[in-house]
Amino acid sequence: MWKTILRRFLIMIPEVIILSLLVFLLAKAMPGDPFTGSINPKADPQQIKHLMRINGLYDPWYQQYWNWVVHLFHGNLGNSYQYQEPVTRLIEGRAGNTLWLALFTMILTYIFALPMGVFAGRHEGKLPDTIIRVYTYVTYCIPFFVILVIGIWIFGYVLGWFPTTGSISSDATGWLHTVGSRFYHILLPGLLGALFGTVNIVQYLRSEVIDAKHSDYVRTARSKGVPNRDIYLHHIFRNSLLPIAAFAGYSITGLLNGSIFTETVFSYPGMGLLFVNSISYRDYTVITALVLIYGILNLLGTLLSDIILSIVDPRIRIE
Amino acid sequence: MSLIEIKDLKVHYPIRTGFWNRITDSVRAVDGITFNIEAGETYGLVGESGSGKSTTGKSVVGLEKVTSGSILYKGQDITKADNRRKLDYNRDVQMIFQDSLSSLNPRKRIEDIIAEPLRNFEHLSKDDEKLRVLQLLDIVGLDADALYKYPHQFSGGQRQRIGVARAVATNPKLIIADEPVSALDLSVQAQVLNFMKKIQREFGISYLFISHDLGVVRHMCNNIAIMNRGRLVEIGTRDDIYNHPLHIYTKRLLAAIPETNVNQREAHRASRLAVEKVYQEQQSKYYDDDGEAYPLVQITKTHAVALPQALAQQLATQEGEVQA
Repeated sequence: MWKTILRRFLIMIPEVIILSLLVFLLAKAMPGDPFTGSINPKADPQQIKHLMRINGLYDPWYQQYWNWVVHLFHGNLGNSYQYQEPVTRLIEGRAGNTLWLALFTMILTYIFALPMGVFAGRHEGKLPDTIIRVYTYVTYCIPFFVILVIGIWIFGYVLGWFPTTGSISSDATGWLHTVGSRFYHILLPGLLGALFGTVNIVQYLRSEVIDAKHSDYVRTARSKGVPNRDIYLHHIFRNSLLPIAAFAGYSITGLLNGSIFTETVFSYPGMGLLFVNSISYRDYTVITALVLIYGILNLLGTLLSDIILSIVDPRIRIE
Repeated sequence: MSLIEIKDLKVHYPIRTGFWNRITDSVRAVDGITFNIEAGETYGLVGESGSGKSTTGKSVVGLEKVTSGSILYKGQDITKADNRRKLDYNRDVQMIFQDSLSSLNPRKRIEDIIAEPLRNFEHLSKDDEKLRVLQLLDIVGLDADALYKYPHQFSGGQRQRIGVARAVATNPKLIIADEPVSALDLSVQAQVLNFMKKIQREFGISYLFISHDLGVVRHMCNNIAIMNRGRLVEIGTRDDIYNHPLHIYTKRLLAAIPETNVNQREAHRASRLAVEKVYQEQQSKYYDDDGEAYPLVQITKTHAVALPQALAQQLATQEGEVQA
């Protein structure tokens, strides 16, 4: 088990190096600069050039990359041009919000999707299956940001059940109140994300359940006299869970990427919103830092998938 | 009283066609089968593939949805799931399958595979359960370290023996063996079959042995039923079937057994061709107008054949059998 994990970890090192290089070069390739229009619309081009020069933006790319990496290892991701604040501090304040929302959405998604998938597979071709399939396809067809806008309009604005912006109310005091208020703010985006993000899991699980229920070992279990409920719990569900487990890690990163929509629509102060803002302001340091973080999280997600897989399927562990 | 009485069992699968998937016809996999299974006896169910023998076996275990007819056990019709549950039916009737790898859950250890029937029916303590599993492994000649292995870590013969151990775990009265050795090579076949015979002697189990291998059936079974197109065409003791076959289908099956004695090859070939000629010329005499087998006619106490009464008697006198 530990061998498996360690080996996967070593593979990540070259991946991270290549990732950082790509991220850095792509950010540099964007047109525009961080100063035009952001200091003073009438600023002298000479002055902007001077600012670019003292910030090292005219250095050759490999030198810029090297400086960036050296700073990276000192825990210094540079200063944001827009906020005039260290990027680390900027992200620190928002990462928690994003992870908290993503985690909540993911848990809810699995709570909805797992029973739906098993149920649909079990009643293959019958009415409940048809209803669940139509439901997942419909949710899949509608663009996610449309759902968010409609949701925020109905439940936030018309009915007024949920807050429409922010991550916490300004008058929250005390531990319980703070946690409660945070939870209240992620409830609507989390619910919407979960209700409209089930399609992958449901469809995969459904087809896996259908495969498994016709398999020979399930027939054997039936001939042994295993009650139907236990057949689904011990034989079908466990074997069907493999591919779901395989992309559980990816789905976390998928949600982080989805947070770009959610946070923009809900004005939720997380990494996604920060990312969108930084792109429009050409805030290179923040963009590179965020893409690097997302990239590393993606790699960690795949690592997590592999670990889950080796727990669920004892056969692939390295002995 | 018989252990199990199968009465006019029919299993039909609907054929759906057209835009609305309406049922237009049905495949009659099993089409009216009647026979009894006595305690401690071995029955062979023989026929070409697609003749409905596996479907019959699965119906007896309760894996198949029966279209009509009944299977009586302790006076109750076990084609109904309720009755099966009430009687703990699958404790007494177990099944062994052909493909030993795919029929074992690949992600369960042997301990769990063998213990599962025990967990369903006899609530033993952890230690007793383990002891029983070890006993069962011992019966089929496997070591204790098999407990913590997975199915793919065994050879085909070992896996099939695990299948046998699993089937006898609850001390069943009847085991349906659906081509248990046809996936194994000959030396291993003998090994598994001998374990099955040994277990039968020790525990007095009945077998319903489904096979197309007439050699294996001859080795294992005292009573043999021949199936063709979903119906029984001939039923009798080993002697009745092998030495006095009456139905043309039975004769064809027997003629198809390869002859190992080189000196008799020519004679064997001649008799096979003779049977085939009779089949080609007189097919209409042996099957009814729809090409289906006739109802069974009793010839002797043990021997019955699916032919019209007159023809059956004529053939029986030719064979020199005593009238029932």
